[in-house]
Amino acid sequence: MSAQTATELSDLLLKQWNRDPANLLQILIALQRDLNHIPNEAIRYLASELSLPQSVVEGVIGFYTFLHRQPRGHYDLLFSDNITDQMQGSRDRAQQLATALNVDLGATSEDLGLSLGYTSCIGMPDQGPAALINGKTLTRLSKERMDQIADLIKQQTPVDQWPEEFFTVEDNIRRRDILLDTVLDKGAALTSYLSQGPDKLLDEIERSGLRGRGGAGFKTALKWRFCREAKGEDPVVVCNADEGEPGTFKDRVLLQSYADRLIEGMTLCAAIIGASQGFIYLRGEYRYLLEPLQQELQKRRDSGLLGSTIQGHASLDFDIEIHLGAGAYICGEESALIESLEGKRGIPRIRPPFPVTQGYLGRPTVVNNVETFIAAAMIADNGADWFRSRGTSESTGTKLLSISGDCARPGIYEYPFGTSIQTILDDCDATNTQAVQVAGPAGMTLPASEFNRVIAFDDVPTGGSFMVFDHSRNMLEAVQNFADFFVHESCGFCTPCRVGTSLLKKRLEKVIAGHATGMDLEKMIEIGHLMKTSSHCGLGTTAANPILDTIEKFPLLYDERLKTTSFEPAFDLNKALDEAREITGRTDPGAYVEGGGV
Amino acid sequence: MIRHFTLDGKKIPFREGQTIMEAAQDAGIYIPHLCYNPEFVPHGSCRVCTVKANGRIVASCTTPATEEMQVENETEELQGNRRELLQMLFVEGNHVCPGCEKSGACQLQAVAYYTGMLAPEFTYFYPMRTVDSSHPDVAIDYNRCILCELCVRASRDEDGKNIFSIDGRGINTHLTVNSASGKLGDTDFDVHDKAAQVCPVGAILPKHEGYNIPIGQRLYDRKPISVVGDVADHQEE
Ligand SMILES: Cc1cc2nc3c(=O)[nH]c(=O)nc-3n(C[C@H](O)[C@H](O)[C@H](O)COP(=O)(O)O)c2cc1C
Ligand code: SF4
Ligand code: SF4
Repeated sequence: MSAQTATELSDLLLKQWNRDPANLLQILIALQRDLNHIPNEAIRYLASELSLPQSVVEGVIGFYTFLHRQPRGHYDLLFSDNITDQMQGSRDRAQQLATALNVDLGATSEDLGLSLGYTSCIGMPDQGPAALINGKTLTRLSKERMDQIADLIKQQTPVDQWPEEFFTVEDNIRRRDILLDTVLDKGAALTSYLSQGPDKLLDEIERSGLRGRGGAGFKTALKWRFCREAKGEDPVVVCNADEGEPGTFKDRVLLQSYADRLIEGMTLCAAIIGASQGFIYLRGEYRYLLEPLQQELQKRRDSGLLGSTIQGHASLDFDIEIHLGAGAYICGEESALIESLEGKRGIPRIRPPFPVTQGYLGRPTVVNNVETFIAAAMIADNGADWFRSRGTSESTGTKLLSISGDCARPGIYEYPFGTSIQTILDDCDATNTQAVQVAGPAGMTLPASEFNRVIAFDDVPTGGSFMVFDHSRNMLEAVQNFADFFVHESCGFCTPCRVGTSLLKKRLEKVIAGHATGMDLEKMIEIGHLMKTSSHCGLGTTAANPILDTIEKFPLLYDERLKTTSFEPAFDLNKALDEAREITGRTDPGAYVEGGGV
Repeated sequence: MIRHFTLDGKKIPFREGQTIMEAAQDAGIYIPHLCYNPEFVPHGSCRVCTVKANGRIVASCTTPATEEMQVENETEELQGNRRELLQMLFVEGNHVCPGCEKSGACQLQAVAYYTGMLAPEFTYFYPMRTVDSSHPDVAIDYNRCILCELCVRASRDEDGKNIFSIDGRGINTHLTVNSASGKLGDTDFDVHDKAAQVCPVGAILPKHEGYNIPIGQRLYDRKPISVVGDVADHQEE
């Protein structure tokens, strides 16, 4: 690609994105898409046009997994590498393709124009193995399908001419309760707002007991009230559609089939807090949903439910823009998300100030999960009692679970809070279950003795991920997968998480290799505890959970592999001397050592 | 009205909006730290200044003091955490203290002495990092960078030059220089810039001088860091 083109394209994109530095990430994503990388000419041009240091632009590119400074192949294929993908054979499929095309995994082949690699969970564990090709989602990658894909690449068939069924994403809704089963007429929540007014409606949402569905469980009415009362001007509504927690895909289904309700919920929030600007932060892995969502937004505008004078009221003026992510789990954390919306590296902010007082560009900002906005819209239409008819007193309403792993019927299940793990396992036809990982790698690993526990904020809280493992699985493989995930996704800002995630990964490898001792386990617990207490954000405070949980609840996994000695070096000093002995040709006793190493 | 909180049993006054760290410093109490420097916006990344405030472990440099807050600082638990954080910083980079010009005047070393950290018990990472000696007056040894971002903040907020940035993610996070070549020599960096005076370790070092003060007589060789404070305040010595 010539320098001319990169600059011209950058110029076009700058115009499209109002020459606003806050849109830098969106411009970079578009460049990556069109040019397979972000050339230096474009970096220089963008830096000078946006008055940013060039190194800052480079730093943004360096932060996001899907942005590259070296060209990727025009087939850029990334296999989803969550443990549930692996359990469906994803690694074998990746190897199958690599062998068929004679390409190394993790490398780019010049002659085929193919880059092959792995990426964190892309949100398709109910229909895996799955992959992204040039950002588009491929599902159900059977052996046969993999052969077909190898042929298509050999013949250099453009991706948009590949069979449509390769890209089909099913909803797989298996259980519906009040949220998915109740009809919401277009505009009904807004009509309710117009007749009740903001105060009464906020009281109603408060009475419903609705708490955030993204994981932390903060009371939604309280958040909206704080924002409404915040001093700053021009508040902002942000929908967190980053859904990066491995094993979670319920927001995907909501965005795909209930987008109108989401927009209604965001518009309701905007009316209550007095916002005119909104964003949907859509994870890059869900790129396939971008155009359908834009169409949904346009439909709402066309029917007077979005844009200026909503439902004929001049005071209701609100519109929504979609921003894409680019492969960074940390951008699901609300303050990192806001940084990313501002076009920066997704580093979690120092709090206070909280987003409700100083969020996007310093303006008061509400960030809520997709499911939260939808629940709020439904409550506005159906009332608090309708919502409270399900769940427990502390955890009202229902929760969407994304169920995957070893069960006959993976998919979306809507349950009242208070439902037991065992009931859920029975419903999804899971048999011979060894463990369940609830709330993703950051959540809890539950053994069979705890299957009587229930989904609730005060028992087993979850953003929605529910991964099932039967007795044929080696749980340490899951633990290792999660440890690798956190090494890859730590933002690198604070010491305990940046270094601790790598230290844990190394010790775990020592355990798996059979070289660890009791002292290594003690160290892992110590490091994990430090991360839990001292990290800057929720990623670091939870990243050690899978290790700490399994050491406690599945001790045999570790004990079976431990050496009985109290200290075992990280490397074998005697073995390390092999090469030296070979070079010097020494075989005398003095050339061998016993023990040693660190 | 002057308000107070309690730090290790002592009553400490604070002004509205002050952090625990600021109020403690005003009261002459040392809380170990690396990325904190009172002249710049707090960063909260090294986590060495973590204290226990009302039972919660928080970074004292970013947490506002509140009335009646009960803060623990010099407990064995917290010092233990600090020793572990320091070990993490040591093994993550390549810190060969006996061969480092900053030895004895290095804050990483001094806080390690202060908290009683002896030797890292973690496996070393031995990362491949470079040295940039392209600038006539200042060298950067990336092996020793602890990512405190003080140079980033000083260059951006005080020098107005934006010479330093951060690139990469996670364990691959690294400091970069804003020039086409990525070399310091191709920037307008000056040895008198604020950013040249703030590095707590031996990563940014002035050239043309070395071992002016013999090892054994340096800043932290003479008195502990809790008494003499940050090395940035002693750059002219
Ligand atoms: C590392 C990390 C990742 C997160 N990822 C998500 C996410 O993908 N989606 C989400 O809604 N919330 C996520 N959260 C929680 C958000 O920070 C925030 O609490 C949430 O978006 C608030 O919305 P809610 O109150 O509606 O749940 C994450 C938090 C952390 C610490
Ligand atoms: S805990 Fe991890 S993800 Fe969070 S700020 Fe620290 S390094 Fe970044
Ligand atoms: S070079 Fe020094 S001041 Fe700059 S980030 Fe590294 S350790 Fe901090």
